[in-house]
Amino acid sequence: MSDATRHSAPRTSLYTLSPLTKRRNATEKRFKVYGLIAISIGILALLVLLTSIFSNGRSAFMQTYVTLDVLLPAEKLDKNGNRDIEEMKAVSTFGYAPLITNALISRLDEIGFATDLKKKEIGAIVSKEAAAQLRNFVLANPDSLDTTVTFEFLAGGRIDGYMKGRVDHESAALDNKVSPEQLDIVDALIETGSLEKRFNWAFLTAPDASGQRPEAAGLGVAFLGSLYMMVVVLFLALPVGVAASIYLEEFSKQSRLTDIIEVNISNLAAVPSIVYGILGLAIFINFAGLPQSAPIVGGLVLTLMTLPTIIISTRASLKSVPPSIRDAALGVGASKMQTVFHHVLPLAAPGILTGTIIGLAQALGETAPLLLIGMVAFVREYPAGPPEGFFDPASALPVQVYNWTQRADPAFVERASGAIIVLLIFLILMNAVAVLLRRRFERRW
Amino acid sequence: MSLIWILTLILAFAAVGYFAGKARALASSGGKIRDLHSLPSYYGANVALSSLVPSLAVLAVWLLVQPILLESLVVKLIPDNAIAEGSTRDLVMSDVHRVADGLDMAVSNGLLTLEESEEMRAESTDVRKQLGDLGIALGAKVGPEVLAAAQEYRIMRKTGSLWMMMIVLALALVGAFYSYSRTHKDFRARNVVERVILALLIGAALIAILTTLGIVFSMLFETRSFFSQFPAADFFFGTVWSPDFRGDSELGLLPLLWGTLFISMVALLVAVPIGLFAAIYLSEYAGPKMRAVAKLMIEILAGIPTIVYGLFALITVGPMLRDHFAQPLGLGESGSSVMTAGLVMGVMLIPFVSSLSDDIINAVPQAMRDGSLGLGATHSETIRQVVVPAALPGIVGAILLAASRAIGETMIVVLGAGAAAAQMHSGLGALVNPFEAMTTITVKIVSQLTGDTDFAAPETLVAFALGLTLFCITLGLNIIALVIVRKYREQYE
Repeated sequence: MSDATRHSAPRTSLYTLSPLTKRRNATEKRFKVYGLIAISIGILALLVLLTSIFSNGRSAFMQTYVTLDVLLPAEKLDKNGNRDIEEMKAVSTFGYAPLITNALISRLDEIGFATDLKKKEIGAIVSKEAAAQLRNFVLANPDSLDTTVTFEFLAGGRIDGYMKGRVDHESAALDNKVSPEQLDIVDALIETGSLEKRFNWAFLTAPDASGQRPEAAGLGVAFLGSLYMMVVVLFLALPVGVAASIYLEEFSKQSRLTDIIEVNISNLAAVPSIVYGILGLAIFINFAGLPQSAPIVGGLVLTLMTLPTIIISTRASLKSVPPSIRDAALGVGASKMQTVFHHVLPLAAPGILTGTIIGLAQALGETAPLLLIGMVAFVREYPAGPPEGFFDPASALPVQVYNWTQRADPAFVERASGAIIVLLIFLILMNAVAVLLRRRFERRW
Repeated sequence: MSLIWILTLILAFAAVGYFAGKARALASSGGKIRDLHSLPSYYGANVALSSLVPSLAVLAVWLLVQPILLESLVVKLIPDNAIAEGSTRDLVMSDVHRVADGLDMAVSNGLLTLEESEEMRAESTDVRKQLGDLGIALGAKVGPEVLAAAQEYRIMRKTGSLWMMMIVLALALVGAFYSYSRTHKDFRARNVVERVILALLIGAALIAILTTLGIVFSMLFETRSFFSQFPAADFFFGTVWSPDFRGDSELGLLPLLWGTLFISMVALLVAVPIGLFAAIYLSEYAGPKMRAVAKLMIEILAGIPTIVYGLFALITVGPMLRDHFAQPLGLGESGSSVMTAGLVMGVMLIPFVSSLSDDIINAVPQAMRDGSLGLGATHSETIRQVVVPAALPGIVGAILLAASRAIGETMIVVLGAGAAAAQMHSGLGALVNPFEAMTTITVKIVSQLTGDTDFAAPETLVAFALGLTLFCITLGLNIIALVIVRKYREQYE
């Protein structure tokens, strides 16, 4: 007890703080500040991450287009002059590229811009994709030959970068893919309104493009692939997950088997996602012989990954239905099965749905297992409509992001960030729906 | 007949059976529902289920087994002398598949009639050219053995599918008729239906076990064949990682393990203090409004996919660390480094640590806090000397769970940590330099299994051994963590 009296200073008032108290109060304050700092670091990290992605990716939604009047000479595109599509297919995109270059040169003559650049360099202002676009148009409309048609072509990747501030005259002087003289032409074209930046729908709908033409790359195939996989996950994981939870929560008696299942599920929830990729590769592709890169395989792997999430949340919402409901149903003569399916399950449905949506959102953003089952492959063809489309090669949104980060052209950074924005918008929508469902339907008993 | 049609037919049988069963039950009681043992819908459901369940089960098994069985039969058809120098049986088999698929496609496109495709001879027609016109590329000229095997394969596949269709449809019909004939007003339909449903529920719960078994066995088999080609001791204790598909690879685990642990350590050094302090502040100090907002923000952090963190590491954190720390300090030239991946992974783990610790701190009984505060301790003294020690086992469990997350994380390290394995022989300085690029187990699993892979080479199979190692490490950490958390929870409940 002598310790307690040692610090008491008899002549000071209670209103003046002793040094010890001051020190303790300072510690208290410091401790509180540490906590605040920790939280602000977390929030700051979130803000920096989001700003970084948005500032990098915003520009992917805009694209530079060149408007040109192209003359389609019949003697070059249809040498026999009989408008036979099969024969016209013999002219490759190399036959079409000079037409675009000529159109650009004549446009420059019109506006009175003189340049001593070579023809090839002038043509490089327009994307290589443009020739394919022109060829497809001609093959679809053979009657348009020998007329002049107005087209909107994608500008080349570097020109697009110039419009977005990624490239300027100084960096162009060092870059072997673009020259300052080309940028002068671009300036002239902007002034006359032939070249402008517009919203980029093609980014959302077009398929991926090769590493040489970032300006044409889009998310179309990845979109479809992700959609197909989500459909597979929804139709497999939801019924199986709900059935498993009903058994574990309502019917199982304490036994060795249920114990094993329970431990198993909590462990599966913590297995690294890449291990599921190995499982998919070894079982679904090598053993069962399903095709690589197919949404069905991705969907199956993601289903196995989402199952624990759905089971855990479903069990929680089944548990939250009060026992009085069950007792009442059993009391009026319902069987155990009827009690569960007619009364408990409908009352737990909002919670189950919320858990399912959150599980789906997780699955949508998952990348690593999809890399192993071949979703990284370069896919330009849209998968067919369901059900055959489930077996066609496709990509997925997060894998497309990964793919674009692996390409050399810096323009793909913008595309990857843009794809992330699209992905995040979907995740936000899904989570918002889940929160709304919870707010609207959740009952507190 | 395609799969879709078989499924539609079975479903149609079941639907018809449902209504027929219901009607028959009602008829047997003279239309009086009161006299039935079960509700009429149970009689219908009984017929529908007994038509659906067996036929669908057989269909699923058949679809899985038939390709494997055919494969083993057709492989025997290829004589050893048909396998060219430098080729393998697998390559020849994939040619067989492609020829068979190509011929089927040609028939379905109407380019060949069925008879033409079956009478095709390798001696008289150039199969490769004909299929090439269809857009099916074949590696080499199609020999007579390959064509014969392909034709045999087509025939077997066709008969197999025919048998499958007949057996499955017959099962659906038999099942429906059997239960239809048993339908009577005294038949205990509800009990039967409920027993079937219970069996289905148990089956669904067993999928969890099947998944685990699938994971373990898929990796065990391939790992065994890896160790038959590569000594296990060299794998577990090797200090050099340099895979080479031309042979003579050194596939040592240690450099990868070091990279994994180093990066996880950096991540935990970031995540544990921040997450822990955030959790303490939120559960002990913050008012309800602040708590709601801050928790939401941290939860958002938890909902962001790892590929987003990876991209963040690649385009923002990596270059920033390189330009402002690594290069001025002369520690490295690379944007991807242990620090990049570790920092970003730490941010990813903050919500994980904080929400787990939050739960655990909240579970400490209020009486303990009240007692400490009543003795005159300040709030922070109470937290440090009473709450945290009481919650310590749970917090340790949370940290172990976070560690297992960090070790198994893939996308952040793929994009942020680099692909070069740690150089165990170049001195301690390089080994502990956090601005050095270093690779991890997960990165190497991805790089060994993507692209063109040859599932006979140890360079590919090593990925399965790595996967198994990863699985064991994370599983061990999880089990320890769960045991600790469970023990601790019991203390206060």
